[in-house]
Amino acid sequence: MTWLNAVIQGLLLGGQYALIACGLSLAFGVMRIVNLAHGDLAICGAYLGLVLSTALGVPVWVTLPLLLPAAFCAGLALQALLFGRALQHGALAPVLVTFGLSVMIENLLQVAATSDPRGLNGGTLALASFRIGSRITVSWLFMTAFLTACAVLSCLQLLLSRTAWGRKVRATADDVDTARLVGIRVRPLFATVAGIAVATAALAGVFIGTIGTFDPFAGANSLIFAFEAVVIGGIGSLWGTLVGGMALGVTQVVVGQVNEAYSVLAVHLLFLAVLAVRPAGLFTGHQTAREAPGALG
Amino acid sequence: MSRARGSDVKQAGAPVAVSRWNHAASAAVASSAVAVVILALVPYFAGGPAEQPLITLLTFVAMASLWNLLAGFSGLTSFGQHAYIGLGAYALYLLASHGVNPLPGILLAAAVAAVISLPVSALVLRLSGGYFAIATLVVASVFQIAATLSPSVGGTTGVSVPGLAGYGPVLREALIYWATLAVAVASVAGVYLLVRRTFGLDARAVGSDPVAAASLGVRVGRIRRVAYLVAAGGAGAVGALIAMQTLYVEPTSVFNVQYSVYMLFMVLIGGIGTIEGPVIGALVLFGLQEALSSYGAWYLVIVGGLAVAATLAASHGLWGLASDRFGWSLFPVGYRVRGPR
Amino acid sequence: MTPPALRAPLLEVTGLDVFYGDFQALFGVSMSVATGGATALVGANGAGKTTLLRTIAGAQAAASGSITYRDQDLTAAPPHQRIARGIALVPEGRRLFASLTVEENIQVGATAAASGDWPLDRIYGVFPMIAGRRGQRASTLSGGEQQAVAIARALAAAPSLLLLDEISLGLAPMVVEALYQTLAELRKAGTTLVIVEQDLRRAMTVCDDLVCLLEGRVALAAPVPAVTRDQVVAAYFGDLT
Repeated sequence: MTWLNAVIQGLLLGGQYALIACGLSLAFGVMRIVNLAHGDLAICGAYLGLVLSTALGVPVWVTLPLLLPAAFCAGLALQALLFGRALQHGALAPVLVTFGLSVMIENLLQVAATSDPRGLNGGTLALASFRIGSRITVSWLFMTAFLTACAVLSCLQLLLSRTAWGRKVRATADDVDTARLVGIRVRPLFATVAGIAVATAALAGVFIGTIGTFDPFAGANSLIFAFEAVVIGGIGSLWGTLVGGMALGVTQVVVGQVNEAYSVLAVHLLFLAVLAVRPAGLFTGHQTAREAPGALG
Repeated sequence: MSRARGSDVKQAGAPVAVSRWNHAASAAVASSAVAVVILALVPYFAGGPAEQPLITLLTFVAMASLWNLLAGFSGLTSFGQHAYIGLGAYALYLLASHGVNPLPGILLAAAVAAVISLPVSALVLRLSGGYFAIATLVVASVFQIAATLSPSVGGTTGVSVPGLAGYGPVLREALIYWATLAVAVASVAGVYLLVRRTFGLDARAVGSDPVAAASLGVRVGRIRRVAYLVAAGGAGAVGALIAMQTLYVEPTSVFNVQYSVYMLFMVLIGGIGTIEGPVIGALVLFGLQEALSSYGAWYLVIVGGLAVAATLAASHGLWGLASDRFGWSLFPVGYRVRGPR
Repeated sequence: MTPPALRAPLLEVTGLDVFYGDFQALFGVSMSVATGGATALVGANGAGKTTLLRTIAGAQAAASGSITYRDQDLTAAPPHQRIARGIALVPEGRRLFASLTVEENIQVGATAAASGDWPLDRIYGVFPMIAGRRGQRASTLSGGEQQAVAIARALAAAPSLLLLDEISLGLAPMVVEALYQTLAELRKAGTTLVIVEQDLRRAMTVCDDLVCLLEGRVALAAPVPAVTRDQVVAAYFGDLT
């Protein structure tokens, strides 16, 4: 593969990272919850896709109309049962609860599905690719993942900046106390945001499962990459997570060209470097990781 | 029209009594000292079969106390302490393979872990809350990958730890046992002594509200760094112990996030932010492990589930239930003020 | 303690006890607000004025006591229900949504609006100084403009009872004068006002009734013409002898 090809592949890979990161970013920006089970929820999406596509005998894409609403509802349930209550127990509680949840999910998946690596049936899309010029080959799957990520980010951005609901979300992200005071019903709003976060995670999981393999413990890596994309791109900026994701993707693929074993390490080192030099990330969304009072966009 | 008098509460000159100790605490310290002596004598009267489970339990106690210093007292929820356990294990291997006696090697491994944690802290402490937690996971991942990629420490296959081969098996077991006991006692006592000093008050202020603490002159950054270093050094010692016990060090087992899961569980179940809590949590985990060892992955599901339940339903843990209800305090950390009656 | 009501009270607060954890902020506070009136709520810092307004608005729960609005018991109602009935609070410190524009802040205020009586145009008519800044982020405005936006945001809920907490804080006298002119216009339009104000002279000039809190209790409650400034000051600081 040429260097140019590697860079392009890395940029497209960034779309996937952005897709899994946007839910994490949304949940934190609005609810101040860092969901350490986010990666595992994405992998649950992959497993659900596996179950549905095997049961129905179709490529996993066909199952999305069932899968995404189910994931959304799971998000509502998690918010009502766990996250909402965790918020009432102090600032540490959501971190502890989501970590505990992560442990539970990973080991339940282990019990239910064993630790064998699995793949999803991506149909013909998974195998096709197209050429640009004579030296660049792009897989349709990567391209679709990237375009899907852009579509999701655009929808979220539009939702946030152009709709009344989006206004309420941004207001709540700025100041939840005053939001309640002006009559915003915060609990249903949080539930919806949680639903969106889990649905986007599940969608990302489906792509992860189609592009590569997955196992019960793959969520941890997904979480870390999502988090790194958010921090590099700037906490509080949705499009920033795309840029962050692309930075991760390019680093991973390009370094992987030289030595596959070092590719993940290189990504982590990039993250640590950004943390050292610019802890606010590349796109400050009006706050740093330390203060983070809100603001999405 | 009506008028109210000014506050009637002010009384001039009545003294208040501030105490930091109580009778139960004196009894607790005395009993603990006796318990430690008895534990130290175990190799003489009980031998191998008693030592093995006690080693596990005491390791748990050390891990829990140290994590409590970070999360319970300083508000730093790190899920990456296994980074330093692994580091300590590898440090011990390197020291042992260069002829250093493993027993003092434990202290050196702790020092190595503490030293390396210093630059790491400069990075990760720029974040807080949940983002800090994930950053600690990244650090652990980096350490693990670094170990995997280093042929000098065996890469993915790992290495076996030389060193205590010179001693007979009975003595070796006993030495490891005493070393574990020492580390456990040092962890609990060390954290307790640290927290009873001004550091403890400052740390709890930082854990509650860093901005308010800073406005009072507490050096938030320094407090966090000290907590992080001490916890890292302690984890390094634990890692060195594990290396000595298992005699084999390889990346996926010493850098296993399971250690951090255990720390979280023990402290939450036992009682976060108290000295008694982690010890109780260690006992509970030990019991659970014995009871559920044959259940495979279900064991961790239950551990995780109980941690979640504890956070939501009994946020002060088992010890908290007792001390909230009965007012017990065996190792008091705070200040009790009794006003004039 | 209750001042003679000239009309049926719009708001009736009885025996309110409010706690922050173990700390009691209000002790059996009772107060009555007549329809169309303007009541000044005064008292030293920490007397409980903000707590009282927040409890009336529903941002703070009362441990005991009752809040009746238009003969409906609202004691346990959440904020959005109180707004729908016609109570709106302009909080202390303005508390604008920093990342939202002026217009968005006002639009958010209409989330649970009691009626459509205060559309954007009408609001901009009352606050022409912010109309030109409607697309700007709220955090970029001057103090006086931000205060105007905060009032506008509450107005968007079309309240019949408007609670204002220290609107003159940190503002130049001319700006405060302009804000109070606006409040006079609101009164003419039929809105009932409860105003927390540190400036006693202004409070007694603008308002019909005065309630003075001292350490969580009502120290004085009377129509303004019936009290002298000295009496108010004495209640404000409490008997120090």
